[in-house]
Amino acid sequence: MSAGLDKGAGANAAGTGTGSGSGCVDPILSTVGISMVFGGLVALNSVDLSIERGSITALIGPNGSGKTTFFNCVTGIYKPTRGEVILYPALDLPSKSLKGLPADVITHEGLARTFQNIRLFNNLTVLENVLIGRHTRMRAGLWGALTRNRKTRAEEAAAIERSYGLLVTYGLDAMANELAKNLPYGAQRRLEIVRALATEPKVLLLDEPAAGLNIAETAALRDLISDIRENEKVSILLIEHDMNLVMKVSKKIYVFDYGRLIAQGPPDEIQKDPKVIKAYLGED
Amino acid sequence: MTHKITASHIGRVIWSEFKPALLASFWICLLAFPIMTLSINPTNQSFKFSLDRMPYLALGTFVLSILWRFFLKRRAFIGITKAVHQSEGLPEDLRKGPKPSWLTVVKASRYRRQGIYVLLAIMAILPFISSPYTVNVMVTALIYVTLGLGLNVVVGVSGLLNLGYIAFYAIGAYTYGLLNHYFGLSFWVCLPLGGLTATLMGLLLGFPVIRLSGDYLAIVTLSFGEITRLVLNNLTVTRGPRGISYIQPAGFFGIDLNGAPKEFLVNYLRVDPAMDINKIFTYFIILCLVIVTIIFVFRLENSRLGRAWLAMREDEVACQAMGINRTRAKLTAFALGSTWAGLAGVVFASQITFINPASFSFLGSILVLSIVVLGGMGSIPGVILGAIVLSALPEQLRFFSQYRMLLFGALMVLMMVFRPGGLIQSTREVYIHKTNGNGKGDGNGTARLEALTGAPKPEATGERP
Repeated sequence: MSAGLDKGAGANAAGTGTGSGSGCVDPILSTVGISMVFGGLVALNSVDLSIERGSITALIGPNGSGKTTFFNCVTGIYKPTRGEVILYPALDLPSKSLKGLPADVITHEGLARTFQNIRLFNNLTVLENVLIGRHTRMRAGLWGALTRNRKTRAEEAAAIERSYGLLVTYGLDAMANELAKNLPYGAQRRLEIVRALATEPKVLLLDEPAAGLNIAETAALRDLISDIRENEKVSILLIEHDMNLVMKVSKKIYVFDYGRLIAQGPPDEIQKDPKVIKAYLGED
Repeated sequence: MTHKITASHIGRVIWSEFKPALLASFWICLLAFPIMTLSINPTNQSFKFSLDRMPYLALGTFVLSILWRFFLKRRAFIGITKAVHQSEGLPEDLRKGPKPSWLTVVKASRYRRQGIYVLLAIMAILPFISSPYTVNVMVTALIYVTLGLGLNVVVGVSGLLNLGYIAFYAIGAYTYGLLNHYFGLSFWVCLPLGGLTATLMGLLLGFPVIRLSGDYLAIVTLSFGEITRLVLNNLTVTRGPRGISYIQPAGFFGIDLNGAPKEFLVNYLRVDPAMDINKIFTYFIILCLVIVTIIFVFRLENSRLGRAWLAMREDEVACQAMGINRTRAKLTAFALGSTWAGLAGVVFASQITFINPASFSFLGSILVLSIVVLGGMGSIPGVILGAIVLSALPEQLRFFSQYRMLLFGALMVLMMVFRPGGLIQSTREVYIHKTNGNGKGDGNGTARLEALTGAPKPEATGERP
């Protein structure tokens, strides 16, 4: 029995290797053979992955399977050892390679992310957190800050208005002047997502947004993710362990194990996939 | 459960701390035994043994130790009650704050403006009614305010620990000193030049330290400070340890301020006849510099650039993920912070008219850093207060001079334990609703709030990992 399963896994891995973008008519972000090696450890092994424009895509896999490493490679926190990350900003615009660009440039190009362990600016207010998200869409420099000329003031007012608007849309306006560290855990998660949205991303990457949330908070998060997809023109890539959430929101799921993709497909297929079951539950 | 500290609680705390305090007192007595009991009698060259002072020492350390422990406990206790209070009424509590807004309105701006005018008026009159000594002290204090505000940009706002800040002050002072000594350039030409030189040196130091943070940054900046001092001490151009003397004070359109203007001030405004009017002029120069600095630092803090610095201080990874170019943010913080040190240095050189490397020792860097930490990291009024306290206090404590550093150290320790945020803690700008500024929350917001905290009941918030 085990030999048969192994063969199947091999065949599928080969299949994903060749067919980058397969089943994805209009991708917004693709990776081609992306690998990350730390010393002797292969954290990511030639991953090909595509996110369809406007969809919610999920990455799942056991702990240590390389999901967060993949995020870090795509968003410029790590420089991938091999492979390409390609952004297709719009159908009529040329594609861009994001490989090796610094994190702030990648954010400017339209990728925004949240972190597995919340990384808010704790001693700043909620509104300021979101305002910092606007940074890359603002232009004022030193001269503008010192003279506070009309252009700077207008830009600042517009940024505040827009940030506050985001807080209103996503239900954080009542806390706008609170320090981020004083927020309840669920609201901190939400703020981190709103802060990422403030950068006007084309692709939003959420790293385990439901981690540490209770059932009610997870339900609110699910609504939030759906709201975001409807309100903003944004594609979402989601790492999540909460299978209930993943199966409900995502259109396509990629499964990682030991730094490789072992399966991909719509939720109902993934649920039945023997390789996925094996990766999660092991075999006897 | 009550959240108030009752008398019985205080009693219990004191009792539970009794034993450790006794132990501490005993330990101190043991350590201090030789120096407290033996004294030398110089007349007949003999030792004298006496236990007279020991009871005082024992009692003193015991009481201090009790107090110390009590305040520590109290602080922890208050922290706990606050946390309990918060988790019980969280959504209620959070809605208490002013209604947020579309446009910025600064908190308490109604009285702030008047307060600033009154303060400015007092500052303007002060030098004419004080003694020359007081004016000198005030100039020094204001120089330290400038230095503190400049370092605040680097340390308080951007979170880059700079232990060599005094070097930029030295660079500013030497820029004026050297240019005046060799080329006779005036104060007004050298003021921008001094600032510019310091900025360039800040950039120069900034490049190698871009990749460093925390302890490593502290070590590099500390070395930079020492290198600068040693270079100034060993170059012949800077006249080594002899320094540069007879630096011109700042000129006022070529008018001799100690001539006719002084006569006028002494006769009609009853200014102290011993006063050097140049000092009063320097006072106004540094006062203007301080005002400009305050305005600029305030504007910076609430700008795109300032927020980038704050973000960098809070989380270096997240700030890059928000699209902030960390390299550029670090460099601008370093360079701008140094600019103010350079400007203050030029004023310093013109104030005391004599500079040598000994004026710019490591202790100076520590003093300015203490100003920022004591006053409150990132808080403009805090840093101003810190500068005034730390530069004027030593002058007032001259009779105490032997124990000055000891007192200073004890003060810093106490501050760090009981008020780590500084004398005046930094507060963030509050945004108040313009159209709906009555402070009432709408029911809609409440519903959303409950949905997102998922916790109308208190136990849910207790589940956070």
